[in-house]
Amino acid sequence: MTTLAKHSAPVSPAPDKPKPYGGLRRFGDLKIALLFIAPAMIGFIVFYVVPTIRGVYLSFTEYNILGDPEWVGVDNYTAIAKDPLFWNSLAVTGQYVFLNIVLQTALALGLALLMHQVAKSTIIRGALLMPYLMSNVIAALLWFWMLDYQIGVVNQFIEWAGLPRVAFFGSEEWAIPTQAVINTWRHMGYTALLIFAGLQAIPGHVYEVAKLDGASAFQTFRKITIPLLRPVLVLVLVVTVIGSFQVFDTVAVTTAGGPVNATRVIQYYIYQRAFTESDFGYGSAIAVILFLILALVAFIQMKFLKGNESDLD
Amino acid sequence: MKKTLGAVAVAAAVALSLSACSGSASSAESSKGEISYWLWDANQLPAYQQCADDFTKANPDIKVKITQRGWDDYWSTLTNGFVGGTAPDVFTNHLGRYGELAENKQLLAIDDAVKKDNIDLTGYNEGLADLWVGQDGKRYGLPKDWDTIGLFYNKAMLAGAGVTEDQMKNLTWNPEDGGTYEKVVAHLTVDKSGKRGDEPGFDKNNVAVYGLGLNGGGDSSGQTEWSYLTNTTGWSHTDKNPWGTHYNYDDPKFQESMEWFAGLAEKGYMPKLETTVGAAMADTFAAGKSAINAHGSWMIGQYTGYKGIEVGIAPTPVGPQGERASMFNGLADSIWAGTKKKDASIKWVEYLASADCQDVVASKAVVFPALKASSDKAAEAFAAKGVDVSAFTEHVKNKTTFLYPITDNTAKVKGIMEPAMDAVVSGKAPASSLTQANEQVNALFK
Repeated sequence: MTTLAKHSAPVSPAPDKPKPYGGLRRFGDLKIALLFIAPAMIGFIVFYVVPTIRGVYLSFTEYNILGDPEWVGVDNYTAIAKDPLFWNSLAVTGQYVFLNIVLQTALALGLALLMHQVAKSTIIRGALLMPYLMSNVIAALLWFWMLDYQIGVVNQFIEWAGLPRVAFFGSEEWAIPTQAVINTWRHMGYTALLIFAGLQAIPGHVYEVAKLDGASAFQTFRKITIPLLRPVLVLVLVVTVIGSFQVFDTVAVTTAGGPVNATRVIQYYIYQRAFTESDFGYGSAIAVILFLILALVAFIQMKFLKGNESDLD
Repeated sequence: MKKTLGAVAVAAAVALSLSACSGSASSAESSKGEISYWLWDANQLPAYQQCADDFTKANPDIKVKITQRGWDDYWSTLTNGFVGGTAPDVFTNHLGRYGELAENKQLLAIDDAVKKDNIDLTGYNEGLADLWVGQDGKRYGLPKDWDTIGLFYNKAMLAGAGVTEDQMKNLTWNPEDGGTYEKVVAHLTVDKSGKRGDEPGFDKNNVAVYGLGLNGGGDSSGQTEWSYLTNTTGWSHTDKNPWGTHYNYDDPKFQESMEWFAGLAEKGYMPKLETTVGAAMADTFAAGKSAINAHGSWMIGQYTGYKGIEVGIAPTPVGPQGERASMFNGLADSIWAGTKKKDASIKWVEYLASADCQDVVASKAVVFPALKASSDKAAEAFAAKGVDVSAFTEHVKNKTTFLYPITDNTAKVKGIMEPAMDAVVSGKAPASSLTQANEQVNALFK
């Protein structure tokens, strides 16, 4: 409250004479800028910065939420290094991210090209977004029932086709691919929309020139569309990879980590340790590790795919 | 920002200390008004709503607000309530959880009230009242109900297979060849071409009806899945109960039993674990996919409520030591240590544990109340509905029950044992792999 009042005070007296275009004027802008940034900034600090710092602190403690945190140094981290379930969760999450990102990006790129060149109707373009408008939990439960081994409609069709029923969620081999495909289905429309926006930003004259030079459709795609789309693709990849690493709700409402440990993804393992087993220090430590992994992955992507440079210049 | 945070912290600390004081506020304040009460079983809500109405009629200055939350969210919401100060005054408590809650000082000890109000603890079924005395020797709840395990079976399928109800009542089991229990289960299994599980040419990969349904791997307790078998061999989960400090999943006797259990799925007499993710075991029974389901007494209403299926209930098999065995679990009502309505809450808990309320619960025929007299009334109420529940009550009468394993670290034990048991029951790992899981479990107690 006090911060708000402090910033708003100098704004009210209107400047009665024009100020020289110097440092003072810029300082005045800064104050107004801060005023406008303040609401977002307060939210960012209260809901992101403070919890993050507290999380880092808790990762060095033993804390069961009902008692007081007790400082244990790096004990949680050394225990995690020796925890097979942590390494398993990394492997499982990696498998999920790989399947999810490859499928999602390929399908979204295809959809975006179709939207750009074939499907110009707003209704069809809008329909592609439909799965994304559904809540994650609803989408997961919907597929959970449709793919059920005993009473699911999909397995009924599979049986009619003369094939053996598939335990989509129950078998260790299928559980992660199934969930990766479900989330691909849900997210590809949205990803396609982002790529589509990138496609529209490519000036039409470069295509005309390519046509004049006799480039084939595939050559145009490979030599013009992909390079010029790169900054957008990198952004999409960074965002979707981070999102994909954080898969939780689909797992939580369907397999809850099972069968055995086949879907115990890293976010679910954090939740299990912290909220189910009241080991908030250990859970926080894994969360900090995940934070570092994601920062590293994003950095590598930006650095090596040159996401902040455009070939259009 | 730093200053603001400091102010917030001070305010929070003041609020905390205030709420801490309020536990000992004057009795006039804490003995009237509205108290909140939570439970997880929707089937029992009508019975307890009536108890609440009767209670308010007798104590017009106390109102009870009942909230029902599903089991899956119950405990995490409750924990959030403890931390956030919004937990219910009184809530249904579970044996597997209350040890940790008591240790973290979230539960109100009610010894003084029980002594002052002369609550007769001998009126409850044997052992139930003692379960709620913590490691510190203090009482944290009064018993409300109990449950045991029985075999629900599809009468038409048994008749079709020529298995009599007498045979079902006299089943035997051992971990070597499964006894008559395995014979019956095999005979009740039918493949898609109509061949029974004990006939030559039976196709175990194309089963239409399984002899025995499967609920899951059973994690640390195996309450309805395998404990009714494993514990007939003389094996028990922990070194002592309650408050054991050593688990016994490495015992060869136990591992032999689990090997046999996993073998049922391998032989095609029980569904594979991977096919049970999703639809509930009771529902697949109703869909005619299994002939026998081992399940708890709290499921009586659901099994006997399916239209078009005649259901019988048989006692669990007699084991190698000549006796049956069933896990005996009991719930109780506990009071949150942070309640502002201490006196009213105690009154409500005592009412819930009294014959007045437990008879009401008995009359609805959903669960067995903790009081002996009320248990008998519940059995009569079930009989009036045409359900013979002697398979469940027999365990208590003949003292063939063993307690739900009460220890510290139950959530962590479950976290370790769940994937380990799943691996064994699904046939992915031999039962001897449980030795390693057991070492992890016992390391929690060092």
